Amino acid sequence: MGNSSYINRHKDGKTDYAVVVDHATVRFNMASERIDNLKEYFVKLVKRELMFKEFLALKDVSLKVRKGEAWGIVGTNGSGKSTLLKLICGILKPYQGTVTVHGAIAPLIELGAGFDGELTARENIYLNGAVLGYDEKYMGRHFDEIVGFAELQDFLDMPIKNYSSGMAARLGFAIATVVEPDILICDEVLAVGDYAFQQKCERKMKQMRERGATLLYVSHSIESVKEVCGHALWLDRGIARMCGAADEVCDAYIKSLKG
Amino acid sequence: MIPKMITRLEDFRRYRPLLRQLVAKDIKLKYRRSFLGYLWSILNPLMIMIIMVLVFSNMFRFDIENFPVYLITGQTIFNFVSEATNQAMFSITGNAALLKKTYVPKYIFTLSKVTSNLVNTFFALGAMLIVFVVCHVRFQVYMLFIPGILLEVYIFCVGLGLFLAQATVFFRDVQHIYAAFLTAWMYLTPIFYPITMLPPGLIWMIEHFNPLYSYITQLRTIVLEGLFPDSRLILYGFAVAFVSLMVGTWAFVRSQDQFILYV
Repeated sequence: MGNSSYINRHKDGKTDYAVVVDHATVRFNMASERIDNLKEYFVKLVKRELMFKEFLALKDVSLKVRKGEAWGIVGTNGSGKSTLLKLICGILKPYQGTVTVHGAIAPLIELGAGFDGELTARENIYLNGAVLGYDEKYMGRHFDEIVGFAELQDFLDMPIKNYSSGMAARLGFAIATVVEPDILICDEVLAVGDYAFQQKCERKMKQMRERGATLLYVSHSIESVKEVCGHALWLDRGIARMCGAADEVCDAYIKSLKG
Repeated sequence: MIPKMITRLEDFRRYRPLLRQLVAKDIKLKYRRSFLGYLWSILNPLMIMIIMVLVFSNMFRFDIENFPVYLITGQTIFNFVSEATNQAMFSITGNAALLKKTYVPKYIFTLSKVTSNLVNTFFALGAMLIVFVVCHVRFQVYMLFIPGILLEVYIFCVGLGLFLAQATVFFRDVQHIYAAFLTAWMYLTPIFYPITMLPPGLIWMIEHFNPLYSYITQLRTIVLEGLFPDSRLILYGFAVAFVSLMVGTWAFVRSQDQFILYV
């Protein structure tokens, strides 16, 4: 891969920027072109089609987020919003360009991604904490806080596979937000859970924002983007269409949808 | 290059709890809801050994002294390698959901599978111990080197596991090829027969190209002959292990950023 892409993760950066995405391009392999057996591999090799048919999920996107800012990312399905967040979290690497992150990230991309259905909630709290990079001691100290927030005291020794999706999401949110993150990354996670819990989550996020956490927020609800975020980025089929104050960007986006 | 290494090491330190958690998970889940629980780790190898002893002392007879001990030593090492590498092979494709949603160093999954099999092998040593007592094996100080042999096997398995795990991501065929390969490997390792019954050419091949022969022979020298293993065998064992580790790591690191496109 002849490129110079890398991701830097600093614990305490000295710059004003929390996240800098610099001319990032993300390449995907189209599912239809997936080569997963040797025969196909050799056929493609002989035909010189081995380099897959590429699909660029993000094309030359740049974004600079200062510490403490709240950014909304808007766009239609498949426009690359989640891809951008995954890029910032380090799940994906840029094909071209660079991504620099200063500070600890709390990814609320898919809550409870590290849960194992066979394990009990108690065991999953430790496992999920470890997925996020926290040791047993840390999780032990915050155990009661997590359980209290998720309101799952009575179900601690039940395997997670018997949980409802709302209950699992509650636990996931409680674990992911027990840390004091510098950067909070939210991808439509609050769509699950009942109304009371959604309110609780929003309060918690507000608290963290007040302590100076940076927020990156993806939502299809334009109202909530306008309400929560000061800035916004509009992605359209992988290209950054517009970047600036949340109100302006959201209005332009809505206008394009209507007309 | 060096800053990159330091970042990697820091990353490993940060995710050591995850490694511990994953190993604990594998061990806990293996016997959850079974009545005898962890006891199976000892009972299972014993039962298999007893069956094989019955088969080989009635149907196919080999002239081997203390056959149960001969058998269980070979079987323990081979089972460790075959289980560890086989599970390691699926460690990346099996955790696709997690890898797509959160950042975790990918080799942790492979490492955790090999490590949890190492722990299982320690349980299996319990079974070995029982056989030693029943078959009047003399206990002596050289037995303290047995963890050293397991270390050789562990390093070897990590390397091979990393290689298989990354290869499987790109070609799922590897799974089926490796299953056949393991069968051939089992018959080409003197687990239940003496190596001397093979033709000389094949003996030479096995001695030079089958690292399992080295590991098993080291163990048997200690247990059956009461001697310290030949230092050349140990050197060869470690050398193969480190070559395996280097090749595996190289192949894995080279392709790990592409995994997400294929899982």
